[in-house]
Amino acid sequence: MAATATTIDVSHLSKTFGAVEAVSDLSFVVEPGSVTGFLGPNGAGKTTTLRMLLGLVTPTSGSATFGGVGYRDLDNPLATVGTALEASSFHPGRTARNHLGIYTTATGISRDRVEKVLKQVGMDAYADRRVGGYSLGMRQRLGLAFALLGDPRVLVLDEPINGLDPEGIRWIRGFLRELADEGRTVLVSSHLLSEVQQSVDRAIIITRGKLVYDGTLTGLEFTARVAVDAPDRAALHAALLAEGARVDVTEGGLIVKELDATTIGAIAHRAGVPLSLLAEQQEGLEAAFLELTSPAPEAKPGAHAAPTEGSAS
Amino acid sequence: MSIVRATIAELAKVFTVRLWWILAIVMVLYVGALAGILAGVFGGLDLSGAAGAPPIDLSGLHLIIYSTASAIGYVFPVLLGALSATSESRHQTLTPTFLANPRRAQVLAAKGVAMALIGALFGVIALVGSVGVGAIVLSAVGKDAGFGDSDTWVLVGRVVLAMALWAVIGVALGTLVPNQVAALVIVLAFTQFVEPILRSVSAIWEWTARVGQFLPGSASDALVGSSVFTSLGATTAEVVELEWWQGGLVLFGIAAVVGVVGYFAVWKRDVT
Repeated sequence: MAATATTIDVSHLSKTFGAVEAVSDLSFVVEPGSVTGFLGPNGAGKTTTLRMLLGLVTPTSGSATFGGVGYRDLDNPLATVGTALEASSFHPGRTARNHLGIYTTATGISRDRVEKVLKQVGMDAYADRRVGGYSLGMRQRLGLAFALLGDPRVLVLDEPINGLDPEGIRWIRGFLRELADEGRTVLVSSHLLSEVQQSVDRAIIITRGKLVYDGTLTGLEFTARVAVDAPDRAALHAALLAEGARVDVTEGGLIVKELDATTIGAIAHRAGVPLSLLAEQQEGLEAAFLELTSPAPEAKPGAHAAPTEGSAS
Repeated sequence: MSIVRATIAELAKVFTVRLWWILAIVMVLYVGALAGILAGVFGGLDLSGAAGAPPIDLSGLHLIIYSTASAIGYVFPVLLGALSATSESRHQTLTPTFLANPRRAQVLAAKGVAMALIGALFGVIALVGSVGVGAIVLSAVGKDAGFGDSDTWVLVGRVVLAMALWAVIGVALGTLVPNQVAALVIVLAFTQFVEPILRSVSAIWEWTARVGQFLPGSASDALVGSSVFTSLGATTAEVVELEWWQGGLVLFGIAAVVGVVGYFAVWKRDVT
């Protein structure tokens, strides 16, 4: 059991709060050895999904398990899965050391781990101060220390970068990378792609409780925009449309979605159209993310994002 | 044994924040002051020669004074129990608690056991106030402090038991009413206002007295066996009171019913 409990398996997961469907028919798998970003705007259902995965919220239907074992059925959950949810799950009158000590006592994890994880997150100097006086960044670090307490193979971190200063952000990026390189499964949620862009290998994007993208970040860039133009703009437009590209015509040229610059160049070359401009737009990734997650009235975002999934991964 | 670990963790939760000793200090001062005043006033009376007045039996005066530990002090373990349960939702520590131990029934049981132990400790501390101050004042006015009376030591044991049960009632209430302010208002309004009135009113007729004996405060006084409310109150009317063990069962029953309802209605809910 312990050997297989390192992948995160979310399968047809749904949760309804009254009339609101917070998560609907969500399925994805997170593999060990990489950092996976779990992205979506605020209110997309990220936290609800994570809380269902951790046995804190009961799903309306579907399942979320660690290699088939539900969180509530894990032998020693903290030693299998480390979790940092919101940065405020502390009694303000208790010190960091005592806070962590309570959970080593409750689980039978060695008390020595408290000192180790406090050092690991750089909090050992403040461990005997009451948490009420901590900054948001210090609370985030203490949350991470709690996650690491059982030396788990799986880490589930909800918005761990939120509230960190630039030095803290640099530190946590390296830290997440280190954890994944040790073969751990790392799932990091964020509402900002730019926040995790440098540290994640894979992205799972949800919006309004539904999966809109699951694949590599490079794959996500295929859904980004490339500006292209030619002296004979009409011929270029026709050639691109013939290849099935989605093209917007603007004053400065054509904006192509879901194709990278290399492919577009090849299409133009085959059509014999010399190009005057071929540029991947700098904010491509962020724009693609926004497009996927914005409340788009025209088309369902899932409709065109889903096909790219296969080609991306 | 994970239930043992869970219980030790719950004890650690109480002893790693300051609330418990603040409440303990206030309790011991409050109970000690009241015991001292009662001992001074009633111990100083010489009623043997008073003509015309109905004779009041003061042979059990020391018991009445010592029983203030629970008769007056019981609100403190209830408060501590209720605050310890409600602070988990207030500070969102239910999240790490349930992450460390997803067996929620076990966590709640551990909380109950831990608070029973702490309630017993509060009983001992309250007795330090009531017996300590009461005995000194009784001796000073020339009355017997009753340390040779076996009833004194029976009462001491039952005060500890009553305080333990009150702490568990506090946990149960805090589970059912996770809003800390609401739980505090309920504890203070009921113990300091609603129940004293109900107890006075219920003593008027016999049939209401039969119902009134099941009020938690009455049950607690029955368990302890002596109280300022029953002993120095209406001495003419016949006091309707449960047996001591029945009083204990009533307190335990209240804790169990409120706790079980709280578990199913609130404790098992989604933690968001």
